[in-house]
Amino acid sequence: MEYVRSIEHKDVVHRCFRCGYCKFPGDYQDFNCPSYKVFGWDTYSPGGRMWLIRAWLSGEIETSERFAEILYSCTACGSCQQHCPFPRFSDSLLKVFEEVKAELVNHGRIPPTVRDYFKAVSVSGNPYKMPREDRAKWAEGTGLEGYSGQEFLLYAGCVASLDEVGQRMARSVGKTLLEAGVSVGILAEEEPCDGSEVRALGEVELFRQLAKENIEDFKRRGIKRIIAMDPHAYDAFKNHYPELGGTFQVFHYTETLVRLIKEGRVRPRKLDARVTYHDPCYLGRRNKIYEAPRRTLKAVEGLELVEMRRHRENSFCCGGGGGNFFTDILGRGEQRPGSIRIKEALATGASILAVACPICAKMLSDASKEQEESGKLQILDVAGVLAGAS
Amino acid sequence: MGDILDSLKEILGERWVSNRPEELWYYSRDPGVLEPHRPDYVVAPQTPEQVQRIVQLAARERVPLVPMGNAMALTGLVIPLRGGIVVDMKRMNRILEVNEMARYAVVEGGTSQGALKAYLQEQYPHLRHSLPDAPAGTTIAANVALHGQGRLTQQYGFNSEMVCGLEIVLPTGEICRVGSPSLGPHWFSRGPALPDLSGLFLGWLGTTGIITKVGLRLYPNKRFREVEIFVTDMPELVPEVIYRLTHLELLEDMTVWFQPKPLMFKDNYHVTIYFTGDSQEEIEFKRKMVWDALQEFMDSKDGGFMVVDPLKPRLLEMPQRSVAEFADVPRGGGFEYSGPITLVEHFPRYAQKLVELAGKYDLLYAGTARVISGGHAMMFAISFAFNRADRAMMERVKAAMDEATEFALQMGSIPWKPNFMEQKMILQKMDPVTRGLIQSVRRLLDPNNIMNPGNWEV
Repeated sequence: MEYVRSIEHKDVVHRCFRCGYCKFPGDYQDFNCPSYKVFGWDTYSPGGRMWLIRAWLSGEIETSERFAEILYSCTACGSCQQHCPFPRFSDSLLKVFEEVKAELVNHGRIPPTVRDYFKAVSVSGNPYKMPREDRAKWAEGTGLEGYSGQEFLLYAGCVASLDEVGQRMARSVGKTLLEAGVSVGILAEEEPCDGSEVRALGEVELFRQLAKENIEDFKRRGIKRIIAMDPHAYDAFKNHYPELGGTFQVFHYTETLVRLIKEGRVRPRKLDARVTYHDPCYLGRRNKIYEAPRRTLKAVEGLELVEMRRHRENSFCCGGGGGNFFTDILGRGEQRPGSIRIKEALATGASILAVACPICAKMLSDASKEQEESGKLQILDVAGVLAGAS
Repeated sequence: MGDILDSLKEILGERWVSNRPEELWYYSRDPGVLEPHRPDYVVAPQTPEQVQRIVQLAARERVPLVPMGNAMALTGLVIPLRGGIVVDMKRMNRILEVNEMARYAVVEGGTSQGALKAYLQEQYPHLRHSLPDAPAGTTIAANVALHGQGRLTQQYGFNSEMVCGLEIVLPTGEICRVGSPSLGPHWFSRGPALPDLSGLFLGWLGTTGIITKVGLRLYPNKRFREVEIFVTDMPELVPEVIYRLTHLELLEDMTVWFQPKPLMFKDNYHVTIYFTGDSQEEIEFKRKMVWDALQEFMDSKDGGFMVVDPLKPRLLEMPQRSVAEFADVPRGGGFEYSGPITLVEHFPRYAQKLVELAGKYDLLYAGTARVISGGHAMMFAISFAFNRADRAMMERVKAAMDEATEFALQMGSIPWKPNFMEQKMILQKMDPVTRGLIQSVRRLLDPNNIMNPGNWEV
């Protein structure tokens, strides 16, 4: 049975001119929309998506697997929002996409991988279906202790806690903070999923439930200040928890590192290397944090920071945002965003690709393994660079 | 039809052929006001050989073919009026060659304006091409195929005049090269000293073949660009202003615009004058020449130069993204324009007609004229914004556009990138011998009538 389709921002949808600026970075050198780059049809571009949504809302096209794929191939990277030339509604683009995904969820018309993701988070509290106790393993040997009223909660998130690449990053960050004497604690096996990807994939109710539980838990523990390792968690805490009553002081770990370097509490080791930095979409475009990671890297003596052609607000997504890290709707192939990004990094002549997001770290590491020249490029998180490349 | 689908998949691979409802819905329309019409298939080739095989298949099966770039002509030129196969060319987007000394580039048929701009900026910063103010995603091949204009049109003519070689897949399936590339590896001439066969493909709106490669002239990219705006409230003065400025032979581009919103622009005619230089000295010299040329009008208080600094970032941007913003003035996502090519001296009558049409049909207007080839002609864009959610408003725009085309033809002008109904109006008014020649050429090149049928038909 068909259902009534409606979204909160429905009055914005017809205002897309489909001019296509949303597909590009500021200098037009290549397509900057990951899903358009991978699939190649205009329907998979942000403008195409807007027009299809209009058709879907009016009943001109039906809900279908293809329509769901078009919606879920969006990585929510925000490049379209950044480059849309219509300032009066560009801020609504991602909201429209999120709201349609929420409608698809409400009516159970979602891709199987999305369904599996929700199920795993609901049942296991993480997308990996790992037991809760495994969530603490990354911190073993780091000296990090459970949160018990320290100044900061260090929040790792699902990927940094449970994925091998993410765990390396988590340990680097944790050790650096401890060595700097930061009063910091972790939730270890009690750390919950922040729900950022749940929200991006349209399961609004599950997100609200997770967020509310987390807010209550954080408040009960007396947590006021959070250092987030994962920009996706940072974004959730900073921008979406407040509307549910959770107002915390939130920092991305690179913001904390900049402060610690300035205070002389972190002294980066000398590193003679050319390094390029990949802006995570959820840190850069979504939260305008471009400087902190760069200032951190520039503090390393001997380090030459070089930019990829696409950087800052023009950065190209690794392909893992919007839940795609877990659902893999963009898939593999020559146009895979991670592979393209590795090529761009190699083109700078850098020997290190610095990242500040566990999802980016994993996506780029995986893509790098599939490339011939990948041996020339080490992928390290910003804290790992500070500690000196291995 | 199943056989056609299988054949297309065999040519392109399953991934690049679609007959899914989502693609069929999207590729059945453009952002203008014309009614959509569904294709049967949408395909995205990557090589001329794939295009060739698609055309051969279409010719064999008598299936219509509609080549498509970024679909921004706004006049329905990529709407598949008789169904068939829409060929999305944007995967063919490589820049194949830049000959620095001869100042030309060779690009594939789906290469976007933005991509060439970015490439030149990085690899050949002292070279540029004539970038239109259409969105960056519009393709070079589509732009020249409809006689588009750009930033260098005032100096060098229509962008189609900058073509220096073509590769086309003919409607019968042969791959044909036009101009110097038909004799050797160099793409420096579209015709001379041969018969200029590019005229069989430029202006034909995809009815005589699919362009798979374009040779395009490049021009010096000066270090500095500047802009001045001369304002007058007398439309009758505009042709004389243009005449005096074009006499200087030193301007990059010149456009004239007027619009009722925001109010600061109402009832004034703005002549935007672009000039370039390799030094500040050159810029200041040109600025002085511009001011001197119009001094008389300032002395008589018929016009003057406005303070341009706050507008500069928008005006100097290429392509000018703010052009698209007009679509959202009535919060509705659309605008449509008719752009007759006409004499500069007709400016006051066109300006009057635009305001009259806007009043008659209760529409928000903008008027823009671009000077072509030093004042030999101009393109006068009669533009109306519309709300896509308001069907009645879209119908009014359609009616206003029809009337604008009738007016243009009465004035002896040539409607630019006309829609299929306007094409019929043009052909009806045309000298019968000329019309007959067009039809003969069309039949000769496309004996199966598969190329964008419904266009350029009596």
